[in-house]
Amino acid sequence: MGKRSNEPFLWLLFSAGGMLAAILIPIHVFLFGLAFPLGWLHGPSYQSLLELLKQPLTRLYFFVLCTLSLFHWAHRFRYTLYDGLQIKHLDELINTFCYGGAALGTVLAAYLLWRIP
Amino acid sequence: MAGPTEYLPKTFRPRVSTYWWLGRWSYLKFILRELSSIFIAWFVILTLLQISALKRGPADYVQLQEWLRRPILVALNALSLFFVVFHTVTWFNLAPKAMSIRVRGKPVSNLLITAPNYLAWLAISAAVAWLLLRG
Amino acid sequence: MADRITLKVTRYDPGRDHEPGFQTYEVPLRKDWVVLDALNYVKDKVDGSLSFRWSCRMGICGSCGMMVNGEPKLTCATFVSEYMPGPVSVEPLKHFPILRDLIVDISDFLEKLTKVKPWLIREEERRVVDGEYLQTPEQADTFRQFSMCINCLLCYAACPVYGLDPLFTGPAAIALAQRYNTDSRDQGTNERLDILSQHDGIWGCTFVGDCTRVCPKHVDPAGAIQQYKLTAAKEWIKSLLMPWGGR
Ligand code: SF4
Ligand code: FES
Repeated sequence: MGKRSNEPFLWLLFSAGGMLAAILIPIHVFLFGLAFPLGWLHGPSYQSLLELLKQPLTRLYFFVLCTLSLFHWAHRFRYTLYDGLQIKHLDELINTFCYGGAALGTVLAAYLLWRIP
Repeated sequence: MAGPTEYLPKTFRPRVSTYWWLGRWSYLKFILRELSSIFIAWFVILTLLQISALKRGPADYVQLQEWLRRPILVALNALSLFFVVFHTVTWFNLAPKAMSIRVRGKPVSNLLITAPNYLAWLAISAAVAWLLLRG
Repeated sequence: MADRITLKVTRYDPGRDHEPGFQTYEVPLRKDWVVLDALNYVKDKVDGSLSFRWSCRMGICGSCGMMVNGEPKLTCATFVSEYMPGPVSVEPLKHFPILRDLIVDISDFLEKLTKVKPWLIREEERRVVDGEYLQTPEQADTFRQFSMCINCLLCYAACPVYGLDPLFTGPAAIALAQRYNTDSRDQGTNERLDILSQHDGIWGCTFVGDCTRVCPKHVDPAGAIQQYKLTAAKEWIKSLLMPWGGR
């Protein structure tokens, strides 16, 4: 089969994350980033949000959304650093930062989501 | 590359400028599209902060909401909204190029692939909003 | 309409100059003149030492590609009058080493092109007496777009990734690989994939998409590359699910 890289795998994560992010993130940023804190819309109460978050399905939803979004970011940001700043020679450092960051975020998300009181 | 010889003459190799992405509108649009990923990462951070505040209790949650009302955070989130919508639009518009779907040997028009994406976007956004706002 | 226009043309003599510079020429402005006509006027009437490539004058040979006002263009298909009132800059194609004046060295592309094996690959060649490989018009339609490429390399001049990383295979070569991959008579997809799924093959592409915008033949190399990525990803999943499947 010859030497093939793990790029296809990273690209699949990137694509899946890109699709999910495209469909889901705008409404989340609008509601949780602007509309709820600024009181444009009356958001759910603390209690009902906590109840919602206790559902396994909600946790899974947020876990998948966060993880894939992070790997989407890692892929794009890596190439932006390569090409935008012309620092491809630092690729090991960049890869560690991007994919390491995404992996760290994944662990953090899992920890937070599955340790809800 | 070997030096110039009789058959391999001396050439001049131009270098790409560090600011190449400023040189053309299509390049700038590209770099903005790629930078949208930073705001997607910011969304994840924001979400994890919200979840962790929820976990710690009502007082922390209220505090986070107050923090989010600071002008700088409002500005950041407004910018994020712009960039994530930009991501959505560019993503949907480029998707058909990667797929090249053919039905009975004929290429399907791009609109037939893009339109359902936009519809799904609207429907799912509405569903998420309804789930959160009904109570 | 003014009857003259100024051309700013790149001059570079490898034996004399350290780096390229501009020289300006005033040429008549004729409604039916393309940039190539203006260059030929300079060569015939003003300065015979100006060097550039051209051949067909009808957008078929692909040898007259240059940067006109910073955009990669076929100079035989670009009217001077579009750039009224001037001046019009004419430079060699970006991202290639400059040999002399407007002539660039394209050997790097030619090497890459051969690497992706742009020809029909058969597991077993059919004997001539057994006749030709048949193909329906629909099957021919699937790759027709990619086969329109004239190797003019405007797409390479538009591609920042190629400019930054000369190891990147680049738009036209990948589009041509895809042209044979999608040909119903071809059986070489996997052979090509082995070459193109390397890091410098398709994965360097970040879908800037400018190659597609500048292509005079509507080949859509950017689309070809994304389709190729999809194919490579599918193959990767297949090899993960069926490691014993050989290929
Ligand atoms: S793909 Fe288009 S721009 Fe590129 S070499 Fe072929 S014809 Fe020219
Ligand atoms: S001279 Fe042949 S394409 Fe322009």
